[in-house]
Amino acid sequence: MKLELLGHLILTVAIFGSLFLFVAYAVYFERKVAAKMQNRVGPDRVGWYGLLQPFADILKLLLKEEIIATQATKFVHTLAPAISVIMAFITFAMIPIAEGFYIADINIGMLYMMAVTSIGVYGVTLAGWSSNSKYSLLGSMRASAQMISYELSMGLAVVGVILITQSISVVSIVESQTENILYWNIIRQPLGFLIFWIASFAEANRLPFDLPESEQELVGGFHTEYSSMRFALFFFAEYTHLIVASSILTTVYLGGYQIPFQSFLFPGLDGWWLVSAQILTFILKMCLFVFLFMWVRWTLPRFKYNHLMELGWKYLLPLGLLNVVLTAGWLLIYDGF
Amino acid sequence: MEVAIFWLLAVIIIASAAATVFSKNIIYSAFSLLFSFLGVAGIYAMLSADFLAVTQIMVYVGGILTLILFGVMLTNRITMMSLKTDVFNFIPGLTIAAVMLAGLLYVIWVTGTWASDSPAAWDTTVETIGTLTITRFLLPFEVVAILLLIAVVGASFIARKDKQKIQS
Amino acid sequence: MESLTLNHFLTLSAVLFSLGVFGVMTRRNAVVVLMGIELMLNSANINLIAFSRYNGNMDGQMLAIFVIVLAAAEAAVALAIILNLYSNYNTVNLDEVDQLKE
Repeated sequence: MKLELLGHLILTVAIFGSLFLFVAYAVYFERKVAAKMQNRVGPDRVGWYGLLQPFADILKLLLKEEIIATQATKFVHTLAPAISVIMAFITFAMIPIAEGFYIADINIGMLYMMAVTSIGVYGVTLAGWSSNSKYSLLGSMRASAQMISYELSMGLAVVGVILITQSISVVSIVESQTENILYWNIIRQPLGFLIFWIASFAEANRLPFDLPESEQELVGGFHTEYSSMRFALFFFAEYTHLIVASSILTTVYLGGYQIPFQSFLFPGLDGWWLVSAQILTFILKMCLFVFLFMWVRWTLPRFKYNHLMELGWKYLLPLGLLNVVLTAGWLLIYDGF
Repeated sequence: MEVAIFWLLAVIIIASAAATVFSKNIIYSAFSLLFSFLGVAGIYAMLSADFLAVTQIMVYVGGILTLILFGVMLTNRITMMSLKTDVFNFIPGLTIAAVMLAGLLYVIWVTGTWASDSPAAWDTTVETIGTLTITRFLLPFEVVAILLLIAVVGASFIARKDKQKIQS
Repeated sequence: MESLTLNHFLTLSAVLFSLGVFGVMTRRNAVVVLMGIELMLNSANINLIAFSRYNGNMDGQMLAIFVIVLAAAEAAVALAIILNLYSNYNTVNLDEVDQLKE
């Protein structure tokens, strides 16, 4: 019992620790991708190919002077970035990164993920309000409106997957997708995948839906009045959202840790080798989505706010409903899909 | 252990509910309401209603409270930070609430005759709830669905600004 | 140490309900009144789920789900009304909206 607890603790620390590292390097990766797309070099001064750049960034932000606006509500102003980061992180607890490697598997895992994402809005809203600046406030109001609107479509997209899997547990969603690519939910639920993917852009506040912090109109959006480490926390939360969104997409639609055609290609794989291969597969799939997010960010221009709302309510939501109806009908006709 | 968690949650719920009701600043009210909703979700989880706990967080924290915050931000000049609202009828309100509390406590502790031994906890409630929804509770479920539709249409109709009014 | 009984949960919900009642009766701002109503609904839900748990019967939880749905619908309509109130009267203080009295 004690040993089991210790093992679980080590696993938790390891998963969250590597998540930290991934988030730090996601920033580096983003800058490199942006540089390549704009025909620049990107960070290459600190360390080999600039690989130590994230640590330099963190150090710089830590050493900067902390400025809190005099009219700000100090307690809430301090609390807001912490809420953002914590909520972004604990979503990851549900995600299995290899067979049997997850922090928790509760039978309502998928609902838990949706619920925690919805709490994340409060970090942004609180930040906007407590700064007592109109740019922050506008940014945070946009953020909360955007997040509630897109969460609906996201939930509807997930309903399709839940119907197919007949379980809300994240682990069984991954297990139901097997190593056969044809059983991955991206094949079985293409429309749902598209809706979920678009909605996760909005949930992660990424371009083309980054209206809460659109620089040209709102200075910096909800974190205009933040500096130093508190700003770093928001920055960190943003990239954690990116990683977590990619992980959720991988888990729900791309078979999670499942290695495609594993028993055919690598029949002899078992024990720790299998686990390592699965973790590697998971990371590769996740990085694919991270790259797609960045690709879109540096390619598409920002939406107008009314267009954003129109897309969410007039197109994604009906499409999500259609997806649920189609999936249910399909299951009714071909019982045991 | 269980008792300690219960008291912790109870203190969180009561303290934040009291802050919601007594606070002069609406934003503080709204945010203490957040903690009270979360505490209630914890109580649901303690009562082995896991599905309801998550639903509580999703609907109340993710939906209703965000709506309430919107209501606060749209109906007050928020950047001025003066979101103070008065409390009126303080003494009558307090009296009625206290009398009501006393009555409820009397009923619960003195005249209540219900069994208080707890049967075995449910393992998971999701499947049972799912089955019940489409069997025994099918009619209420459909009625509630229609009601939600009506509420959506009604709410958007009421909140919509009159087009003629804007032009004039 | 004593163990948890049904009365613990019922007492908690009674206190919560009284706080909600107090909020509804004493606040002038319509949004805070709405918050008080939500507190009362929550306390009712605690009751339902506690009874459901201690009776070993699922019906209470089902009812609680319907309560949550109704609370969501109620909040949406109430906020729409409050917004309309604000655009017509420029206030959300309930005691200032008394045109029908005159």
